[in-house]
Amino acid sequence: MKVLYFAWLRDRVGMTDEEVEPPDEVTTVGELIDWLAQQSSGHEEAFADPAIVRCALNQEYVKAHEKFSRDDEVAFFPPVTGG
Amino acid sequence: MIKFQRENFDVGDELAALCANRQNVGAVASFIGLVRDVAGPGELSAMTLEHYRGMTEKQLQQLEADALQRWPLDRVLIIHRYGRLLPGDQIVLCATTSAHREAAFTACSFLMDWLKTKAPFWKLEEVGGKSEWVEAKDTDDEAAAKWNENR
Repeated sequence: MKVLYFAWLRDRVGMTDEEVEPPDEVTTVGELIDWLAQQSSGHEEAFADPAIVRCALNQEYVKAHEKFSRDDEVAFFPPVTGG
Repeated sequence: MIKFQRENFDVGDELAALCANRQNVGAVASFIGLVRDVAGPGELSAMTLEHYRGMTEKQLQQLEADALQRWPLDRVLIIHRYGRLLPGDQIVLCATTSAHREAAFTACSFLMDWLKTKAPFWKLEEVGGKSEWVEAKDTDDEAAAKWNENR
């Protein structure tokens, strides 16, 4: 499945997007964050404080308890600062 | 109407187009956001705006629909730039038109409060050769939340 990163999450992970294959027991966004954080030291740094990481499924905001499916577009990013 | 662009915009032209041939419009409210200079003396600052293509459009279209539903507006216009900008450059234009001023003023303020907390844009500030991501402010979340309380 495809995961997208923006702003300082992208800087820390070191890529704009990646294909990942989380195990079947990873079903919620919060579990996905925990799993991703173990993939590299960059990922660990990016997800060090999950409370400030925002997540979107198919471009809609979701909370950590939300379940995702393997064909969703998942994106992680910091709180927004536009305007 | 929602627009994303790298290039600058002319506020006069945009507002004129928004009101052209709309005889029922008696009020236009607008907000223009500019890049502030955050550098000290002798330094040059710049700001790069990153956005999440697709989601930005989707979020702002939802906001526009929400504003049109809540207030008796004729039209909504939001132009947001991305890319690298310099102090004094225009970042965003938000404009609303209505028969009377109250709906136009209020909806314009609502749109900006929500844009600042919902639209996936991120500002990277460059000062004196160093780049830092701008941190989100709690006061922006509070400003947006008050629109739900008033509902």
